Amino acid sequence: MAVIEVRDLVKRFGEFTAVDHLSFSVGQGEILGLLGPNGAGKSTLIRMLTTLMTPTSGQAMVNGYDVVREAGKVRGTIGVIPQAMTSDLELSAWENLVIFAKLHGLGRDQRRQVIRDLLRDVDLEPWADKPVRMFSGGMRRRMEIARGLVHQPRLFFLDEPTTGLDPVSRVAVWEMLARLRASRGLTILITTHYMDEADKLCDRIAIVDHGRLAALDSPLRLKASVPGRNILEVSFAGVKPDWADTLRQLPDVADVHAEETVFRIFSQNGPRTTLALIEASRTAGVSITSLAVQSTSLDDVFVHYTGRQLRDGLQEPGAAESPYLFKR
Amino acid sequence: MHRVWAMIERDLRRFRRSPVLVLVSIFVPLVQLVILGYAFGGKVKNLQIGVLNEDHHLPSIRLQEMFQAVAANAQTFVTIPYSNRAAALADLKDGRLNGVLEIPPEFSRKSLDGGSPQIGLAEDNTDPFSSSAVEAVLNELMPVYNGPVVGPRASSQATLEVVEVYPYVPYIQYLLAGTVVLAIFVSAMIGGGIIFIDDKARGLHEGYLVTPITKFELILGFNLAGTLKAVIAGVVLITLGSLIAGVPHPLDPLRLARMFVLVVLTSLALISLMFLLMVRVNDPLVPRAIFGMLNTVLYFPSGAVYPTQSFPPWMKCIAAVDPFTYAVHGFKQLILKDGTLLAIRQDLFFLALFALVSMVLGTLLFRRTL
Repeated sequence: MAVIEVRDLVKRFGEFTAVDHLSFSVGQGEILGLLGPNGAGKSTLIRMLTTLMTPTSGQAMVNGYDVVREAGKVRGTIGVIPQAMTSDLELSAWENLVIFAKLHGLGRDQRRQVIRDLLRDVDLEPWADKPVRMFSGGMRRRMEIARGLVHQPRLFFLDEPTTGLDPVSRVAVWEMLARLRASRGLTILITTHYMDEADKLCDRIAIVDHGRLAALDSPLRLKASVPGRNILEVSFAGVKPDWADTLRQLPDVADVHAEETVFRIFSQNGPRTTLALIEASRTAGVSITSLAVQSTSLDDVFVHYTGRQLRDGLQEPGAAESPYLFKR
Repeated sequence: MHRVWAMIERDLRRFRRSPVLVLVSIFVPLVQLVILGYAFGGKVKNLQIGVLNEDHHLPSIRLQEMFQAVAANAQTFVTIPYSNRAAALADLKDGRLNGVLEIPPEFSRKSLDGGSPQIGLAEDNTDPFSSSAVEAVLNELMPVYNGPVVGPRASSQATLEVVEVYPYVPYIQYLLAGTVVLAIFVSAMIGGGIIFIDDKARGLHEGYLVTPITKFELILGFNLAGTLKAVIAGVVLITLGSLIAGVPHPLDPLRLARMFVLVVLTSLALISLMFLLMVRVNDPLVPRAIFGMLNTVLYFPSGAVYPTQSFPPWMKCIAAVDPFTYAVHGFKQLILKDGTLLAIRQDLFFLALFALVSMVLGTLLFRRTL
């Protein structure tokens, strides 16, 4: 049974469409990763699913409740970690969790037990009584994850939980999420910029671009959907106008993407294509200035589905970060 | 209700960790009370008046002695003798004197001949407080000088006898009412304005919005938590301020209980007003930017420093809807007249109604979504 069911969901801010007729579902116990460039609509989508924003049209059901008509019931059954660090810095980790446990209506005995267990699960037991302002970014994020689980929800939303953390803290958060998922049977919807994070953590990945769903599948299948098993990223000097066509004629080449003097050659057999490429360049009098051969990664999948252009540009106020947030 | 208590608990725990809010909201008004209270002191004193006696005969000496009597008793001014007119006027222009009294050469002769003797007062009218104080004293002095040395046995002239209903009220006690309200306002401004918007900007509210707490519970929690902190500031200031200002029976329990009721309602009204003003604000600079303006618009038209009866009509309109007005009036009744709650029932009713209306409007305007 689907825990999240999104049908034809749209969110517009004036003329700008942040989420454009999105439909997908998330099954019980699944981790779905939302990937997409900045401004793709990931945070807007998560805010609609967590009742922080009202959709313009379409429908979203979370835990069987409509996010608009039954928003209160939705809030009672989900855990949410917003993009910003939202813990109360003056309070201790224990106090932060107590306040949220009370907001969720937990009784005193249950509260104590749940908070103790959660602080142990996120490795913060020794610092339970310390003010959160003394915590590192990673510790704060782990505390917030515990806070989001204080009422023991089965569905957990995380909006870029590892952004801004150092690599060690990021890994700690991933491992903790994987542990929590296994021990608590959580269903997780997570947005992230980190491909390696999505690759390791997610059962399925949804690539969102311009508010639309560009692809949705398991990491393995998504990688397989990109033409070629190897990618040769090559820079040339003195290329001719039809150089991309020449490259397409090389053995085992599935596709070629050219951007100015950089060419990405998707190949079924990297070594063979490389040798042929060197020979063809020498014959044509074209110099190779750099050459890298790599296996297909989620980065390639991401680039394949969203393109390589930077997404600079102004956004509608509501479509950007929360109007409440300072940029981190 | 447990969610409302959770919000209150959060604020009180934060306050326990960092009581700066209440300390600031008490300290600033206390400093103002002491500085303004003693700076104004109720009556103008020790003005510098140069006396240029160009006559030196008996009537002029009698007049000069009367000036010196004022200097010795009421102390409105001190007299400084001058023999040179130009030097006295130069000192007046340079600001060393507030006025120059000139007794002209013919003064005594005209007095004795039954003519119309005149003395001159050259005053620095750029300071209206000082010049009107000197004029008032001299206007009282001249009929005394002109009157008979020995009065008639029976007088048919009407006189005014002033009966003061309350003991003498020094200006510092007069200011105390407004200062207590100001302390509550500063606490409301910091807690309900600056910290509220800072928390919102830091994303703290986003965390609460994804819990099952309702809009009304959230507003009520914020309001009650802010009220509690403002009440602490108000109670501390009314006690300390009464001791500093020398209010009679400052620790009388019944009096303190009455004050407490008014402090609670004033705090609730001002916090509700602050949330209403801030409910749609997201920019942390806004509450800081409007702090001074709000202070001026609410504090000065309230009668805290000057009677509202003398205001122009447009300012009377502000005073009529300003919760400060009713709070200040209530505190004056309780502090200066040892009044009862019954005597200030209209003030209490207005403050309660104002809090209710502000909270309802604040709840209606509050957005549960981002």
